[in-house]
Amino acid sequence: MEGTVNRRMLTGNKAAAWGARLAGVDYVPAFPITPQTEIVETLAKWFAGGEMTGKFTNMDSEHSMFAAAGAAAATGVRVFTASSSQGILYGMESLYTVTGWRVPFVMVNVSRALATPITLEPDHNDVLALRDAGLVQFHAETCQEVLDLILIGYRVTEDPRVCLPVLVNMDGFYLSFTREPVLLPDENAVREFLPPFKAEQPVFQASTPQARASAIFGGSHYSYFKFQQHLALQKAGDVFKEAAREFADRFGRSYHALEPYRMEDAEYVFVMSNSFATKGKSAVNKLRQKEIKAGLLKLVQVRPFPKKELAKALAGKKRVAVIDQNISLGSGGILFPEIAAALYPVQDRPETLLPVVGGLGGKDILESDFDAIIDRLDKGDATAPLLLYNEHDLAQFRAMQKIAGKTEEVLS
Amino acid sequence: MTDATDKTYRKIKDLPLEEEVAPGSPLCAGCGGLEGLRLAEKVLGHNVVYSNAAGCFTLMSIFPFNPLRGSWLYTTMSAPTATSQGIRDALDIRKNKYGMPESEDLQVMVIAGDGSTYDMGLSPTSAAIHRKLDFIYFCYDNQGYGNTGFQLSASSPYGSHTQTAPPALEHPAGAEQESKDIFEIWKAHNPVYLATVTPREPVDLANKFAKAKTLKGPRLFICLAPCPTGWGFDPSLMHQIAKLAVDTGIFPVREYFEGKVTHTKIPRKRVPVEKYLELQQRFRHLFEPKRQDEIIAHIQQKVDDYWKPYE
Repeated sequence: MEGTVNRRMLTGNKAAAWGARLAGVDYVPAFPITPQTEIVETLAKWFAGGEMTGKFTNMDSEHSMFAAAGAAAATGVRVFTASSSQGILYGMESLYTVTGWRVPFVMVNVSRALATPITLEPDHNDVLALRDAGLVQFHAETCQEVLDLILIGYRVTEDPRVCLPVLVNMDGFYLSFTREPVLLPDENAVREFLPPFKAEQPVFQASTPQARASAIFGGSHYSYFKFQQHLALQKAGDVFKEAAREFADRFGRSYHALEPYRMEDAEYVFVMSNSFATKGKSAVNKLRQKEIKAGLLKLVQVRPFPKKELAKALAGKKRVAVIDQNISLGSGGILFPEIAAALYPVQDRPETLLPVVGGLGGKDILESDFDAIIDRLDKGDATAPLLLYNEHDLAQFRAMQKIAGKTEEVLS
Repeated sequence: MTDATDKTYRKIKDLPLEEEVAPGSPLCAGCGGLEGLRLAEKVLGHNVVYSNAAGCFTLMSIFPFNPLRGSWLYTTMSAPTATSQGIRDALDIRKNKYGMPESEDLQVMVIAGDGSTYDMGLSPTSAAIHRKLDFIYFCYDNQGYGNTGFQLSASSPYGSHTQTAPPALEHPAGAEQESKDIFEIWKAHNPVYLATVTPREPVDLANKFAKAKTLKGPRLFICLAPCPTGWGFDPSLMHQIAKLAVDTGIFPVREYFEGKVTHTKIPRKRVPVEKYLELQQRFRHLFEPKRQDEIIAHIQQKVDDYWKPYE
């Protein structure tokens, strides 16, 4: 079973680094960006000190880094890398390219809101910009989940049915720099769960010359490759189930595409993801004390999008609020329409499905915000997204404007 | 001139007969870059993995056809060196950590045009040279964004016509700036080896690749790629134009090795530049409807200035 378990206080970043180390990663191409840097610094030390073997390469940008990561994976070694925010956007062209190469690796994104204005704290516009890029996405709520999902992620990405990169997401600051108790599984036990990488696809070497990612002319052949990629990404959901089941047997922690919290008799449901789900669970408990039957549905697997599971989990729930910690400017939350689409074929779908946008740039979501959401759900008014921004926030901003020399008159 | 003892090949008959680049690729007839690559690969052999930046040569590998005996990986326009880094690192890890036999090893080689090389790919290449990446860089330099219909690149010479810097009444030269000196830029990074080559000098080209093959680290090549479609000449004139580029002194054939630049072909008596210019549609506006003596003289002066220290 579990072997020796080592319990430590680790930040999310340290947990991610431990995930890569326990996975026996051979190669890390790296580039620093707050709040991710601690991950690659930790790995750099371990490669330098011999705790990890292979190679750590300091790259010149995220664009170069993801290209190197994909190319190394295509050459047959186990690869890990990490980035955040602007780095994701800068590297996006390479990410789309390497998913088309059909190569396995695991990357961590430490969510940080996008410029401009430039800021450091999290929301999910960075990771959701990769929504359509062809990566498997798991979003973590705790430091333990970061580590575990990396280990499970290698099983998914390296499965010949998938061969697409896996991204594990955590929130900057809330997880990246927050120490939590983390159980470090025994290295030998991990090696049984995740044997050393053996590429199933041909890799670059003299005996197997190959042309990869050749140009395609004509939509028909292009469609073939893209649909194949889509089907492989869909399949990753089943592969995740298998790997997570085995992980649970070996290490005693279960992971699923969705995690329900006090959902059985819930009349109000918050759909959330990442570290703020912890705030949501706490709000559920407080509401329950006030005899309000609230529950929470946490989205763990964002790609492939777990439509069936969502439909099943939310069928029969009357009032559901989708709290998007991101914003598609000019539309609203990014996940809301996906959830609405998943519910459309469901007979007893929610009467009220409320879009909520909050937590942008790491802005806290308070108990009073959850109260406001319940209030809005009771009113059944779901025509426009509820933007979590209150009088107090505005007053604080006005104070800043005063310091900047702007008068009330100019502002109004 | 290079020391005669340096030379693996003395005459064209010495070059390997094996072809690594099969005929029938979709590249244009008379492409000087393709001829350069063909000669280079005769020397390098087929244990090569090409990392290709978006450009004309991307069309060499159109599913399911590929004219190369080595391996091919298409990558982004600005990351061919970073892609090479990933492959090289992985091959090294497999050798050092997992005992991959030497016989499985590959020469990692970038194939990129001047658009990628001089512009968006410059920063990653600078970084790769700085990291001393063990790779070969082959830039087929046709002095413009050829694959998109020939727009101005940082390699387009002063006085040339491109689609995005067309000559006009207010801009009689067409391209109004001198091309970026990529040789000097790369040289400043102190790579292990750096050379310019041209398909018109096959023995020189082959010897340079033979030398590079014995070295480890960044080995960079700029191959003049006379371009029938972009420069505007009949494909049958490719070698003549490549010859004139050398004989006029416009394209210095040289190498940088162990801190020293050596010209491996010195035009003894330089042919006037206009003999090179007048054969190409991209310089037609310098002769018609009215001869632009000032611009031609400027181009000649620049060439003369370059060679002055070596005369």
